[in-house]
Amino acid sequence: MSATRAVAPPQESPVGAAGRPGAPRRRGGTLLRHLAVAVVAGLLLVGVSYAVEPFRNFQLATVAAYLCAVAGLTVLTGLNGQLSLGHGALMATGAYTVALCQNAFYDRGLTGGWLLPVSLAAAVVATVAVGAVVGVAAARLRGPYLAGVTLAVAIVVPALAVTFDGVFNGEQGLSVPVEPPPLALGPSFPYERWQLWVAGAATLLALLLLANLVRSRYGRTFRAVRDDEVAARLAGIHVARTQVLAFVVSAATAGLGGALLAVLAQSVSPGAFSMTLSLFLLMAVVIGGLGRLAGAVWGAVLLVALPDLSHSVTELFTLSPAAAQRLEGNLPLAIFGTTLIVVMIVAPGGVQGLLSRLGRAVLARWRARRS
Amino acid sequence: MDRFIFLTLDGLSRGAVYAAFALALVLIWRAARVVNFAQGAMAVAAAYVAYSVTAATGSYWLGFLAALAAGLLLGAVVDRVVMRHVNHASPLNPVIVALGLVLLIQAVLGMIYGSQFRPAEVPFSRSAFTVGGLTVLSPYDLFVFAAVGVVVSALAWIFARTAVGLRMRAAAFAPEVSRLLGVNVGGMLTLGWALASGVGALAAMLVIPTELGLHPHAMDLVFVSAFTAAVVGGLDSPPGAVVGGLAVGLLLSYVSGYAGSDLTPLAVLVLLLAVLLVRPGGLFSTVAARRV
Repeated sequence: MSATRAVAPPQESPVGAAGRPGAPRRRGGTLLRHLAVAVVAGLLLVGVSYAVEPFRNFQLATVAAYLCAVAGLTVLTGLNGQLSLGHGALMATGAYTVALCQNAFYDRGLTGGWLLPVSLAAAVVATVAVGAVVGVAAARLRGPYLAGVTLAVAIVVPALAVTFDGVFNGEQGLSVPVEPPPLALGPSFPYERWQLWVAGAATLLALLLLANLVRSRYGRTFRAVRDDEVAARLAGIHVARTQVLAFVVSAATAGLGGALLAVLAQSVSPGAFSMTLSLFLLMAVVIGGLGRLAGAVWGAVLLVALPDLSHSVTELFTLSPAAAQRLEGNLPLAIFGTTLIVVMIVAPGGVQGLLSRLGRAVLARWRARRS
Repeated sequence: MDRFIFLTLDGLSRGAVYAAFALALVLIWRAARVVNFAQGAMAVAAAYVAYSVTAATGSYWLGFLAALAAGLLLGAVVDRVVMRHVNHASPLNPVIVALGLVLLIQAVLGMIYGSQFRPAEVPFSRSAFTVGGLTVLSPYDLFVFAAVGVVVSALAWIFARTAVGLRMRAAAFAPEVSRLLGVNVGGMLTLGWALASGVGALAAMLVIPTELGLHPHAMDLVFVSAFTAAVVGGLDSPPGAVVGGLAVGLLLSYVSGYAGSDLTPLAVLVLLLAVLLVRPGGLFSTVAARRV
């Protein structure tokens, strides 16, 4: 095993850039490009946060929280080929950690702007620990076995909140005390805008790190392991270690996403992290396109937009209140399920795959016309 | 000691249901190399059909038959309409599609019936006999044993003794050769899905009255337990599924009897992980586990 490590491609290896002059400079270019995109996205987000009403700000913040988890899952499932149905449980880990941390701080009378970042970091660390345990088991499992184990995790972990209700307060869950926006922003700064800033900043940071990871040596080993484990091993990649690393990275983002959701809702309960949430995350990944970070945005937007949309659709019909409630609660589920099936059968590349195919086609036609 | 005997008998009765459900998973795995993650949702759908039929006619047995028929039909439909069109190149694809089915079926059930627990009827009393001061099985437990026993023997007979069973095994084992020899491979696959789904529906009919009642999510934990049972026995082995089901039933009964029923989900997870990490192919596997 130790011999295999020495053969791993070094950082500066010109894989994928062979024959292109100036390849080393492009590597720095990747980081700069991602940074630039992140800065532009951040500025855009700040602009949008002033332009739209508070409720939309809150919804965008929720999109950001989901995006964090979905992006992590797309790296794991799309790039490393490990299917996890347990990411809802990992989100729950992050959410409960942030709740316990914030409560502990407030019980000791601590206040200040630094509390929330510390709690979020603690949530990421706790989820990394849990993710490492699941990941070590996952690295030995394949296909349906892995799916079965992670499904069990998704069903069992929320139940633990009820089992150990001394700590987690059972079905009721915990409240998450969160500081108001800092006074430096002015006395009438809307709370929802502050929520969007916090969630947006955390998610952009996570996405920036993920995007660079995907383009790095590690990203290539992820893909190599996904495509052919035997070939990857022959090329000197430590397969199990790569899989655990992918799982841990993905768990960290899921934990951050869950923690952000808890901070946004200012409460956490097992009902919010059911098996359905794990399936939702998977749907978001599949719809966006497996392994496409940009596609994760589509998936996360849909997760927030569809329930809203189904509320509007239900209001179009005149139904008895009970029937309306049943329809409204289940319509998004039905749409999600149907989309999952249809996308998987018709367009396995997802929305982003369709878009980039379309983009390439348009580009090719434009070039053909010019020449 | 009394308590131990009671828990053992209760565990065997529960395990019989897990065995039937695990058998359904194994049937599809052997036929199509797919673990049907939608099995639980499909079985609940069949149980809701039984609920509606029983409510309309007042007869438990009509509802029971309707559930079995609905299970068979649903399995065939799922194979023909959905699973057949999935690209099986990556093992992820059928799993993801099955999970989409879970969402869809549970949503449709929720729309029609709402998501409150509905009490499920039983054909026989669930109060246990007492023999010489010992609490033993209830008439319902005997019914469970009989039903599962009949189904297991019938499946064994079909696969081992009938021409259709031979064709189904051939179609699963060597699809190309079977096709050349005139076996309707697609039809055999559909038949396999229908049979498995029918067995799943039976298991749901048997297990739901012993739990909280009818609910779109009623089979989630049962599915995980049955999956564990199938893995314990090795996904490829029908006798293994039966033994695994009984073992999981016993374990859960002891855990909930001695340590508290809250801990049963955790016990399932621990057992599943332990078996997969120690013997990934299951305790009864004859084929070598995949190795890289």
